[in-house]
Amino acid sequence: MSENLKRLETPLARVRGFGSAKNGTHHWWMQRATSIGLLPLTLWFAFSIAARAGSPWEVMAEWIARPFNAVLLIVLISVGFYHTASGLQVVVEDYIRPDRSVMAINLAIKAVLTLLGLLAVLSVIRLAV
Amino acid sequence: MATFTLPKNSTVQPGQVYKAEPGAKNVRSFKIYRFDPDSGENPRMDTYEVDLDKCGPMVLDALIKIKNEVDTTLTFRRSCREGICGSCSMNIDGLNTLACLKPIEDVQGEVRINPLPHMPVVKDLVPDLSQIYAQLRSIEPWLKADTSAPPDEERRQSKEERAKLDGLWECILCFCCSTACPSYWWNGDRYLGPAVLLQAYRWIADSRDEYTGERLDQLQDPFRLYRCHTIMNCARTCPKGLNPAQAIGEIKMLLAEREG
Repeated sequence: MSENLKRLETPLARVRGFGSAKNGTHHWWMQRATSIGLLPLTLWFAFSIAARAGSPWEVMAEWIARPFNAVLLIVLISVGFYHTASGLQVVVEDYIRPDRSVMAINLAIKAVLTLLGLLAVLSVIRLAV
Repeated sequence: MATFTLPKNSTVQPGQVYKAEPGAKNVRSFKIYRFDPDSGENPRMDTYEVDLDKCGPMVLDALIKIKNEVDTTLTFRRSCREGICGSCSMNIDGLNTLACLKPIEDVQGEVRINPLPHMPVVKDLVPDLSQIYAQLRSIEPWLKADTSAPPDEERRQSKEERAKLDGLWECILCFCCSTACPSYWWNGDRYLGPAVLLQAYRWIADSRDEYTGERLDQLQDPFRLYRCHTIMNCARTCPKGLNPAQAIGEIKMLLAEREG
C-alpha cells in the first residue's frame, strides 16, 4: 500500500512479512506511565510559575534553587522530554515513508531532545548547586 | 510521507443523473460511486432518483431496485439482507455500515454511497479485501489445542468462560471498522486493524485455546498492534454495536501484565 513497486508475492507472504518484532509493549506502557506522571508535575509547574509571574530574576533563581523545586524540575524535564520523544516517534512511524528514513529521523529526534533535556537539567543544577 | 490526497486517476468526477419515473411522489436521490477499471476512466458519482413508495425501507433495497430496474451495471456485494453475512458493507452518508441494516429514513437529503474507504476498488462498491483476508488468516482464527478433545464429547467451557466471548463472537467480518480507522488507512500494510485484532482477541480470550502465549507473541509488534491510537472510529461505526477498541485494549493490557 505504501510502496508503488510491482509486487507479485501473495498477500499472506506480505502480511506475515518479517514476523513480529516482539516489542512495543515497553514503549506503549512508558508513554502511558509518563503521561500520568506529567499530569501532577505540569499542574505544579504551571501554578508555581503563574504565582510568580513578573517576579525579578533573583526571586525566580532563588525559587528554582530550593532543593524540592530543583528536584521536581529535573523530574519534569526528564519525564517531559522522554514523553515528547516517544510521542514524536509514534507520529514519525505513522506518517513517514520509507521505513529506513523513519529509523534515521527517530534517531535525530532522540539526539536533539536528549541534548535539549540535558541542557535544561544542567541549567537547573547550575542554579541549585 | 503517507499520501493524503487522491492520485489523479482516482479523483471523482460528476456522473450521470437517472431521473425518477414521471408521477413519482416520494422521490429520494442516491448518489453512488461508480468505477470501472476496464474503462480507463476516472470514478464518478452517478445520481439515481428512486420512488420510495415503490421501494423497501433499507438502503440495500434501493440498491437492488436500481440494479434490477434502472442500471444493471451497478455492482455491489450482498447476500443475506439481514446483517449476518457482512457482504454489503459500504460507506453510506459518511459512515461505514451495512446497507441492509441502514434505513433510508435515517439519512437526511440525498443518500451518498461510497465503497469502504481507502481500499483498492474492484468495481463500483466492491473493494478488494484480499489483503485484509490475509491479515485475518495470519492470526490463525481457529481453535488451537494440543490436548485432544474428550472422546465423543465437545471441549467443555464454564458459563463464565463462555461469557468472555460475548461482544467478540458476534463480529461478522464486514470490515466497516478497519476501513474506518485512520491508522489502518496510513499503515494498513503492517497494522492489522480493529477487525482482525478483535478476532485475535476472540481466540486469546477463548478458554479452550492453548496457544494464548504464541498468539500474544505474534501480536507484540509496534505496527501489528500498537498502531492503535484509540481513535475509536471502529466502535462508532460497527453496525453490530461491538467495540473493537476495547478488545485491542485488553490485548495491550495482557501484554503489559506479561512484562510484569
